[in-house]
Amino acid sequence: MTKVTITVNGRAESREVEDRTLLVQFLRDHVGLTGTHVGCDTSQCGACVVHMDGVAVKSCTVLAAAADGTQVTTIEGLAKGDELHPVQAAFREHHGLQCGFCTPGMIMSAVDMIRRYDGKLDEKTVRYELEGNICRCTGYHNIVKAVLAAAETMQGGAKKAAA
Amino acid sequence: MYETTYHRPKSLAEAASLFSSSGDATYISGGHTLLPTLKARLAQPANLIDLRHVPELKGLQVTGDTVTIGAATTHREVAMSADVKKAIPTLAALAGSIGDPAVRHLGTMGGSVANNDPAADYPAAVLALAATVSTNKRQIAADQYFTGLYSTSLEEGEILTKVAFKAPAQSGYAKFRNPASHYPMAGVFVAKHKDGSVRVAVTGAGNNGVFRWKAAEEALAKNFSADALKGLTVDKAGMMGDIHGSAEYRANLVAVMARRAMENLGKLTM
Amino acid sequence: MGVEGIGARVARKEDKRFITGKGRYTDDMKVPGMHYAAFARSPHAHARIRSIDTSAAKAMPGVDGVLTGTELAADGIGNLICGWMIKSKDGTPMKMGAFPALARETVRFVGQPYAVVVAATQAQARDAAEAIVVDWEELPAVIDLNYAIKKGTLQLHPEAENNVIYDWELGDSKAADVAFAKAAHVTKLDLVNNRLVPNAMEPRAALGVYDTGDENYTLWTTSQNPHVARLVISAFYNVAPENKLRVIAPDVGGGFGSKIFIYPEEIVCLWASKKTGVPVKWVADRTEAFLTDAHGRDHITHAEMAFDADNKMLGLKVDTIANFGAYMSLFSSSVPTYLYATLLSGQYVIPAIHANVRAVYTNTSPVDAYRGAGRPEATFVMERLVETAARELGVSPAELRRKNFVRTFPYQTPVIMTYDAGDYEASLNAAMQAADYAGFGQRKLEAEKRGKLRGIGMSCYIEACGIAPSAAVGSLGAGVGLWESAEVRVNPIGTVEVLTGSHSHGQSHETTFAQLVSQRLGLPIENISIVHGDTDKVQFGMGTYGSRSGAVGMSAIFKALDKVEAKAKKIAAHLMEASEGDIEISNGEVRVAGTDKKLPWVSVALGAYTGHNLPAGMEPGLKEGAFYDPTNFTFPAGCYICEVEIDPQTGHTEIVQFVAADDFGKLINPMVVEGQVHGGIAQGVGQALMEACHYDTETGQLITASYNDYTMPRADDLPSFKVSTTETICPGNPLGMKGCGEAGAIGSPPAVINAITDALGDNSITMPATAEKVWRLAQKATMRQAAE
Repeated sequence: MTKVTITVNGRAESREVEDRTLLVQFLRDHVGLTGTHVGCDTSQCGACVVHMDGVAVKSCTVLAAAADGTQVTTIEGLAKGDELHPVQAAFREHHGLQCGFCTPGMIMSAVDMIRRYDGKLDEKTVRYELEGNICRCTGYHNIVKAVLAAAETMQGGAKKAAA
Repeated sequence: MYETTYHRPKSLAEAASLFSSSGDATYISGGHTLLPTLKARLAQPANLIDLRHVPELKGLQVTGDTVTIGAATTHREVAMSADVKKAIPTLAALAGSIGDPAVRHLGTMGGSVANNDPAADYPAAVLALAATVSTNKRQIAADQYFTGLYSTSLEEGEILTKVAFKAPAQSGYAKFRNPASHYPMAGVFVAKHKDGSVRVAVTGAGNNGVFRWKAAEEALAKNFSADALKGLTVDKAGMMGDIHGSAEYRANLVAVMARRAMENLGKLTM
Repeated sequence: MGVEGIGARVARKEDKRFITGKGRYTDDMKVPGMHYAAFARSPHAHARIRSIDTSAAKAMPGVDGVLTGTELAADGIGNLICGWMIKSKDGTPMKMGAFPALARETVRFVGQPYAVVVAATQAQARDAAEAIVVDWEELPAVIDLNYAIKKGTLQLHPEAENNVIYDWELGDSKAADVAFAKAAHVTKLDLVNNRLVPNAMEPRAALGVYDTGDENYTLWTTSQNPHVARLVISAFYNVAPENKLRVIAPDVGGGFGSKIFIYPEEIVCLWASKKTGVPVKWVADRTEAFLTDAHGRDHITHAEMAFDADNKMLGLKVDTIANFGAYMSLFSSSVPTYLYATLLSGQYVIPAIHANVRAVYTNTSPVDAYRGAGRPEATFVMERLVETAARELGVSPAELRRKNFVRTFPYQTPVIMTYDAGDYEASLNAAMQAADYAGFGQRKLEAEKRGKLRGIGMSCYIEACGIAPSAAVGSLGAGVGLWESAEVRVNPIGTVEVLTGSHSHGQSHETTFAQLVSQRLGLPIENISIVHGDTDKVQFGMGTYGSRSGAVGMSAIFKALDKVEAKAKKIAAHLMEASEGDIEISNGEVRVAGTDKKLPWVSVALGAYTGHNLPAGMEPGLKEGAFYDPTNFTFPAGCYICEVEIDPQTGHTEIVQFVAADDFGKLINPMVVEGQVHGGIAQGVGQALMEACHYDTETGQLITASYNDYTMPRADDLPSFKVSTTETICPGNPLGMKGCGEAGAIGSPPAVINAITDALGDNSITMPATAEKVWRLAQKATMRQAAE
């Protein structure tokens, strides 16, 4: 057993866990944040994507002990109160989700992608960048649309902020 | 996975001594090969020694014609490094094509090279760029480093610390990805070095792991152009075959990827 | 149309919880004292269990209990059943082998559970499951379909000689023979419909809770039809009577058919909760999902189509062998029979049709309905035949189809179905125009200059949805009726709850069903809540599959709304002293037509509940229920066009264009409909290009048991799709709807394969058309061209 402290969505969470505990299990079973999902065992599907120290990672492939001392943001920490993050809003507006299971990972990956590209994205890039997230419902069509729309909104926002 | 004990050493010496004192241990870095293996209960190390916080394994420098990458450097860091992009653009592009974005944020160069998965990208770069592998004990030339599937000349407990890649005059990397896993089914790294020598390394396809394609090297040494590879084939007897592609198909892919790497020097072709 | 009524592209009500991480799936449920189950599963495809030793496992840390098939049988838990009786052409009933939830004597596929461990943590349960020791007697595995039915092959179940479950036929073989005898041309094809794994992103899960206080059971489960689960678990598996069993299917992360069926794990979690005295949760990992979710498709077929000298279709003969895996899953028997052969007339007038289907056991995972279920297989046969025939006859694929389309309705096919409405030429024209079919030749030439082989293919599908009139399916062997129920509750303050048996697991019912109520009562959709997925809340329902939630589920709501509206009008007429016939309900108001007299909707609702001033003899309250049993199947149809570019050096196929023109009848929310089509196309493209189950034919091990080996379509494998709809109103239900959930998966595989075979000039490719297969044929094509 190891004592692990991870700052999750701005709150320090300390738990005594087995060393084999994965970050996703820490979040779901120990902290009770069940928005992060597990869809495979091989780091392929991306349902478990969270941000660790500011970058997207697959929380099924990180030991909680290895994440000790990091800052983690999950899907639950993305909106500011009632105000949805632009990516969340775009997924809703463009029907970028159906069953909702892959959605938290998709959104966390999309936020990371838009940040890395500074909002400058095209369809081809979005499709390539989403290779680590599998969706079985949408055929990706509306997910791609939502990511592009959010990127534009966020870039517009950045431009306005700069001006 | 089975229960294990996690360790986070703060120095190279501590890591090595933890390994030798613990009896049954495995080093872990980004964890992107090891953790899925452990989750599938295919291995049961009593101890996991996390190398990501060992300062000696960090850092990335370009000095003269040498690009030295610390073992704990992530694929993302290599892909985004302005110095690497300038010195060996193909290497940066290769690192930027491993796995997927989230995998690149954690997966490390050292983990990839130490594990020597026959379908990993990095081994092709190590071999084609005549790299030198440094460990906590010695230096190993690339040609002596890879010894077979998942097998290297690293000894029990030996820690890969950094890899020094030789910046070539020109290089290219082309790969055809496995449709399911997105690992290369055939990845060919071509490099023309500043001394005029040519190295061609193939990953993903060979049934004994990464290898140098000597016939292609000879042809390209005479004439460093895609045309020089016309009609050149690898023997399918040395290729892997599985549900995604027979040995014969992989042999074809190797030839096609080699040509495409030559047609797109300085870049990654997928 | 109101802004939130029928036809509006309303953003979904259910989205907020999903995009903020507040969805509640089965694995998110926690109850006090909950422990975890891990199943011990067969490592062999076929083996006898000589003995099981659980003593070491029982002694492991945290273990509450280790249970085997012996205890299960001792408690009288029934074997799993197949609920649709199919009789062979000799009149004998299908040969159903025993399928216990925990294998006792023999295991017949890799992954079949034979014991369960319940322990304090999931890891402890898994640790202990590994400590169970079994003395196995390995038996030869029967994997290949043709080998399975060979005389002398090892028989897997004592009931099924030659491993044949049934040998069934539909249609008129003599009439077909006569038609073929006078044919001017016959097109023949051998086809493989590859086995697929549904791969809903949420793995199956179950949480069984036995309450010792009032002896009730609760099951949270990943189900498309919780009421059917309760019925089957009560009536056939003897776990608990229906009044003592509550089944809850909370948010469910996709189903695609695979979550229709009741699986061993759900039964065992409930039973084990009583045996061990703790609530028991089980969650599949992805490999368990690959091994034990019911697979889909897996047919081999020989088909022949006869034409007269004018290229009119004369007859069709189809001979299919369907792989059922090791056991008959819940609705497996209906898939290659009444959901398949009945669609073999396609969109065409074919005077004589005969189909023969043999269902066969093998040592593989059970096979059952997967998105489309039988209809993709039928469409693949028809549309590969028609496209091939057009090439052989030297006519354009569109013209051959036009010549043979059904054009007058209703149309009685020779294979049971009566098509009620459609305009197949309209969708064909719409698709061809959207695809710029006429400009294809130019695009092909341009691609050649870049060294690419370009091809175009089409597919005109028809499906039977709604599933279906209860009396009709009953006469065909179904064990259940296939109606749907609904209850509309108007609250005293005028808000509305709709209780429906149609479960939503991605289909958007919480929005589209609310749109129907909004349309009828003129209320904003936020005032309308849709309640589903809990047998304690909703009285009964048959669930979500077969694209039936709109045509059947919403029709039940429609009927209940009729009753609510009628009663509300009576109350309003009484309150406003008007004639009932003059009352109109719209925009949240109840008006007397042609006057300025009106009441807010809330006054009528409140009036119904205060009961202070109701018409004489009227009961208080405003709550009505209805059951709707459809009068016919519905028949969505459409035309799909796929255009591909092949890299002949690697065999890589890129889908450069995909066009869908569908006729789904009336649409409630076009945005949701488009989403359904997109997802279906992705699954169909997946089947055509990349997805396949590989078993080792010697050992029966599933090689494709993770995403490292089973190719899932990813974002960069697909283009954006061009989808549109045409409309003929379905006369069979009050809303005129046909259903849109499965079309994409049904129509797309033949369009893709027709495009690839067009590009290659070679008709021999099988699904999935992997890069290596395509490369081999591209090499041949290049050699052919060089020779010419």
